[in-house]
Amino acid sequence: MAPLTTYPVLQVENLTMHYTTRKGAVKAVEDVSFSLDKGEALGLVGESGCGKTSVALTLLRLLPENAQFLGGHVYFFRDGSDEAHARRAVGKPVKILLDGQEHQGRLVEVDRSQLVLDARLNGRTQQIKLGRDDIARLGVDLTALSDEEMRPIRWKGISMIFQAAMNSLNPVYKVGDQIIEAMQTHMPIPIPEARERVAQLFQLVGLDRQLMDRYPHEYSGGMKQRAVIAMALACDPDIIIADEPTTALDVIVQDKILREMRQIQKKLNMSMIYISHDIAVIAEVADKVGVMYAGGLVEFGPSEAIFKSPIHPYTKALMSAFPSIKGEKVKLAALPGEPPDLIKPPSGCRFHPRCPYATEICEREVPKFIEHKPKQYAACWNPLM
Amino acid sequence: MALQTQTKTETLVRVENLRMLYPVATGVFARARSFIHAVDDVSFEINRGEIFGLIGESGCGKTTTGKLLVRLIDPTSGHIYLRITQDPSTDSQGEQFVDIATLEGRALKEFRRNAQMIFQDPYESLNPRMTIFDIVSEPLSIHGIGSVYEREERVAELLSLVGLTPPESFLFRYPHELSGGQRQRVAIARAMILNPSFIVADEPTSMLDVSIRTGVMNLMLDLREEFGISYLYITHDLAVARYMCDRIAVMYLGKIVELGPTEEVIQNPLHPYTRALISAVPIPDPTVERQPIEIKGGVSKPIDPPPRCRFYERCPIATERCAQSDHPPLEDKGHGHFVACYEI
Ligand SMILES: Nc1ncnc2c1ncn2[C@@H]1O[C@H](COP(=O)(O)OP(=O)(O)OP(=O)(O)O)[C@@H](O)[C@H]1O
Ligand SMILES: Nc1ncnc2c1ncn2[C@@H]1O[C@H](COP(=O)(O)OP(=O)(O)OP(=O)(O)O)[C@@H](O)[C@H]1O
Ligand code: SF4
Ligand code: SF4
Ligand SMILES: [Mg+2]
Ligand SMILES: [Mg+2]
Repeated sequence: MAPLTTYPVLQVENLTMHYTTRKGAVKAVEDVSFSLDKGEALGLVGESGCGKTSVALTLLRLLPENAQFLGGHVYFFRDGSDEAHARRAVGKPVKILLDGQEHQGRLVEVDRSQLVLDARLNGRTQQIKLGRDDIARLGVDLTALSDEEMRPIRWKGISMIFQAAMNSLNPVYKVGDQIIEAMQTHMPIPIPEARERVAQLFQLVGLDRQLMDRYPHEYSGGMKQRAVIAMALACDPDIIIADEPTTALDVIVQDKILREMRQIQKKLNMSMIYISHDIAVIAEVADKVGVMYAGGLVEFGPSEAIFKSPIHPYTKALMSAFPSIKGEKVKLAALPGEPPDLIKPPSGCRFHPRCPYATEICEREVPKFIEHKPKQYAACWNPLM
Repeated sequence: MALQTQTKTETLVRVENLRMLYPVATGVFARARSFIHAVDDVSFEINRGEIFGLIGESGCGKTTTGKLLVRLIDPTSGHIYLRITQDPSTDSQGEQFVDIATLEGRALKEFRRNAQMIFQDPYESLNPRMTIFDIVSEPLSIHGIGSVYEREERVAELLSLVGLTPPESFLFRYPHELSGGQRQRVAIARAMILNPSFIVADEPTSMLDVSIRTGVMNLMLDLREEFGISYLYITHDLAVARYMCDRIAVMYLGKIVELGPTEEVIQNPLHPYTRALISAVPIPDPTVERQPIEIKGGVSKPIDPPPRCRFYERCPIATERCAQSDHPPLEDKGHGHFVACYEI
């Protein structure tokens, strides 16, 4: 029977990553923490260059050469009875959810029926044995995996639709063949079955199956984006990260694609991370929202709370800078200044030079990211409550 | 936010039956027999001090219309009239409508001074090898206005006006040393320096970030308020159009299908295309549930369109009459709300 409680599929803790450049380190991801539940959609929103894509690349470990991973944990949860997942976790830091309790430790050993765990319980390290079937969720820290171990996680565990991916379809190959090839590198599947799978995926994303044998130039922008979504779905992932999935598209096409993505998500009970600079898009698709500013997550919580009663001054500023076609027409408030250079970000709270609520401490000390209201987190010395 | 202080509305720009056809190359030796109807029999007027919006999806002809209005390109047919002072020494009594296609010499120069265009991409539209001073003062030197000292004064004045303060710290910088929002402000300063009466702003904020975009939009609203400038404001973003424009025209495949006061068109759209377009706009409020209107297919290119309603193939309410008739004319449905549809 399906459990009624919600489970996390991803817990990101204190993620930090900088890019090395000749001018200095670009502090693109600074102490970012959030979590994602099964079947839930998270919207990551913020202005250009604030680090949204970098967060996704860091947690998937798809970083360019000049990136420096500086710490943090990314727990990826699957059912504890999943053989491959449990094996992968041996010797790694794990989290286990058991009867609603979270246990942290290192997985020592796995056998057919049991997981043996070195866990810290009541402040003391002790070895505990847990029945495999009792363990609803087993979370592995992806930052501890080797590249080899990480490979199957991408696509099958967490698959990503890259920003502007629709422009990166190879023009000389048929679209269907490109998806089949991508699929085959991640799972052994014979061509006829792969073709059938792609046909089903095309149907799911609203593309005619005849289009499989066409080339990218015969597709419109919206069709290409659908194909890219089909590709992300190919290996049946638990989580899809969609980076600006509709940014280049016209509003009618955007609307259709977002609605289809939501339907697919519901149907497959998948978890999603939408990345967008457009708060209106995020308002429509996300259950939870994370707001980024200058490399940091400044606020995180249930979508309605974030939109209706933001805690962080930047969230509030972002919301009131956005025009809408609904509601009363009001003069929008412009923020003074510009987002900072991430090589030399402002001290303390990175928003302080532009913040109307800043006080003396804001310049000196980095505010902690804490729960100010139930499930609503923010990093601010003077939260708007 | 219509300009209420204006007692009488005075037409500044009048566009009549404007068409721009681009030949489609069909082969190396073949003469073009097919045409893209980028702008197809479009008529509208812009009042003095008014912000007139042109909205619609990619490829519907917005930029082409904008370029025609400042005479960056010449139309296939049709006319654009601008109220212009023929002899700069006389006051506004001496103004009259002139067909901009007929302008030459001094009159053309006067028109170029009066009608400016701001482009979408602040990264491409400024010459990277020129300083901010050179960029903003260039129109003055082209028109031979002022001494070097006066030009410096005027540039500093405009940089302050667009919020680049203190001006001295910007004068001798290059575009790459500015942020996107600052560059767009430079482009606005340059467009403003000759006191134009009319500006075509082609998606001036679509490349800018939200927190900067609002500042640029408010700046353009303020400049209108202060100097009574008229804008043709091109955008694909309906929420931005609502914020900026007094009236809007909705384009579809080279045709204006609906035109009227912004609030009226957005809250009470009549044309089936406008209805679908507006119903698809996301609302930045998670508690709002939209009921989108489905339309068939997607936008195509208007290459040799058949002589019937451009929206026919996708229209959910098309009838036999639509199949048999020409593209419908724009008709006034009251209060200056125009629609081109047989079934409304
Ligand atoms: N490979 C790189 N080397 C150096 N700096 C980088 C690199 N990639 C990104 N950056 C910088 O890191 C910061 C965060 O970039 P990121 O692409 O994550 O932003 P984003 O929020 O996704 O922005 P956008 O909305 O424009 O896609 C920016 O300042 C960017 O210039
Ligand atoms: N110089 C040109 N030669 C040929 N075709 C052109 C030219 N300029 C524009 N077109 C075509 O004319 C039509 C209208 O283009 P236009 O650039 O005016 O559209 P738009 O509404 O500004 O679109 P967007 O929102 O993408 O900027 C399009 O089909 C376009 O491909
Ligand atoms: S910590 Fe201070 S500067 Fe930062 S957002 Fe809060 S009030 Fe503003
Ligand atoms: S004229 Fe006919 S086809 Fe065109 S929009 Fe109206 S109902 Fe639809
Ligand atoms: Mg990005
Ligand atoms: Mg354009």
